[in-house]
Amino acid sequence: MADIDIKHLCRLAQLALNETEHQAVRADLERIIAMVDQMQAMDTEDVEPLAHPLEADQRLRPDEITEVVDRDRYQRGAPATRDGLYLVPRVVE
Amino acid sequence: MNEFATIGELARGLRQGDYSSVELIRHYLARIDANSTLNTFITVAEDEALNAAASADQAFERGEAGPLTGIPLAHKDIFCTQGIATTCGSRILENWIAPYDATVVDRLAHAGAVLLGKTNMDEFAMGSSNENSYFGAALNPWDSSRVPGGSSGGSAAAVAAGLTPVATGTDTGGSIRQPAAFCGVAGIKPTYGRVSRYGMAAFASSLDQAGVFGHDAQDLAVVLSIMSGFDPRDSTSSDRADSWLTGVSESGLKPNDEGLTIGLPSEYFKDLNEGATLLQAAAKEFENAGCRLTQISLPHTDAAIPAYYIIAGAEASTNLARYDGVHFGYRCENPKSLEDLYQRSRSEGFGIEVKRRILTGTYALSVGYFDAYYLKAQKLRRLIQQDFLSAFEEVDLILAPTTPGVAFHTGDLTDDPVAMYQQDIFTIPASLAGLPALSLPCGFTGGLPIGMQLIGPHFSERRLLETSALYQQNTDWHQRHPEVA
Repeated sequence: MADIDIKHLCRLAQLALNETEHQAVRADLERIIAMVDQMQAMDTEDVEPLAHPLEADQRLRPDEITEVVDRDRYQRGAPATRDGLYLVPRVVE
Repeated sequence: MNEFATIGELARGLRQGDYSSVELIRHYLARIDANSTLNTFITVAEDEALNAAASADQAFERGEAGPLTGIPLAHKDIFCTQGIATTCGSRILENWIAPYDATVVDRLAHAGAVLLGKTNMDEFAMGSSNENSYFGAALNPWDSSRVPGGSSGGSAAAVAAGLTPVATGTDTGGSIRQPAAFCGVAGIKPTYGRVSRYGMAAFASSLDQAGVFGHDAQDLAVVLSIMSGFDPRDSTSSDRADSWLTGVSESGLKPNDEGLTIGLPSEYFKDLNEGATLLQAAAKEFENAGCRLTQISLPHTDAAIPAYYIIAGAEASTNLARYDGVHFGYRCENPKSLEDLYQRSRSEGFGIEVKRRILTGTYALSVGYFDAYYLKAQKLRRLIQQDFLSAFEEVDLILAPTTPGVAFHTGDLTDDPVAMYQQDIFTIPASLAGLPALSLPCGFTGGLPIGMQLIGPHFSERRLLETSALYQQNTDWHQRHPEVA
């Protein structure tokens, strides 16, 4: 099993763990990856991956506008908005 | 009033005027209140329920009542309900109110069903015990020191305790069938694509499917007939016209008399201890009813749990990226930067199991690991599906245990996620193959229910339900109920 870089994974997944959580998650992930690594011994030569259980293709629809813009309603569940915009800490000085 | 009445019985009572829908709903609301220590509901929608019941009573007066008019039900708290909180069992959605109804919610409401409230669940449907709910675990009504199963544990426990006659659930790797087995009720996971997922919070999109809990096969069929059907708003929705299903509430479910061939997969029985004799007795029951039993093999069963936890984790890590502290849901206090906002909102908002799954998925999808994990898992998924498709050339249905044993004690598996994952060993393969499967109570051991699982070919829900009706016609396990308040 490859070394699991929890800090790197947390960065990719936008999670921040404190030191205690970090240790616990590391131990859990090692066990989980060891369990899933049982796959590696199983023969899948010449097997096509199965992405969709019914092997259906994405359905296409006529290229017509069906969505309505209802910003006020959808933004009601947002933590902070102003004038129809989502507020976040300043990104560009 | 019989606390464990089926919706067929309740509909008859309403039609005959034995009680009004308002009286019926008050009765169930009182039962939910009296059994609040079971913690089966996250939100009870008392005012909305009484209003809907009053409308149902008016529909009866106008002579416009359908099979579900005035019938109480509960939705797993993963289905969006306009105006009523939808939490997914998570702190990150603790105060979130959906701006629209899920298709499932909308269809059942239009059919006149009355929503009692939203049921408890493992956070974002990740769990096999309900212990991962931010709102505290739901308890098993047969023994409150035990788990009701998960992730749809609140729905299963609420039906078992007679707090609602039917409830919806979702099943990604067993989240309907396993709690149904642990709580001694019936629960069906339909074929992938049968029921629209519009407005159902996504966990693992190539696996998620909505279904229903109830006491008997007829109730499952009637609710499924309303829930299912093509929905252009879900790109995985199957466009099918099944006339048996749309007409099932009028015609009733006919116990299957085709003399089916039922396969018993050796891989599912080889290490089975608890419940093995009950499963054998259930198989014998089918034989006595004219079915033929035969041993089959599903040789890639061992690949199911590893493949599932990669696929589900990978898809979850993608789906849960939307909880960002910006667009909706929980946001941390005083974020110092955008990155700090994302990271602390997610870290404070998600519980430990959700973080484990996201990180497992992130690992599997990260540079250099994709082929070894995600692609490998998808190849194994095909082999698992092929096992089933080959078996269905020989047999009509598969009979298997739903779980390795009875409901375990609260806290028993919380320290060992891998041991918890093993609980899903018998339900995950059908999920990976996209097959319909259901669990029915088939006996008790030590006073706790055991479930049997029936698995069928894609879109064979009719055969599954009619075969269940055959079993329930000849047995009374589904009429045993726990002692509750």
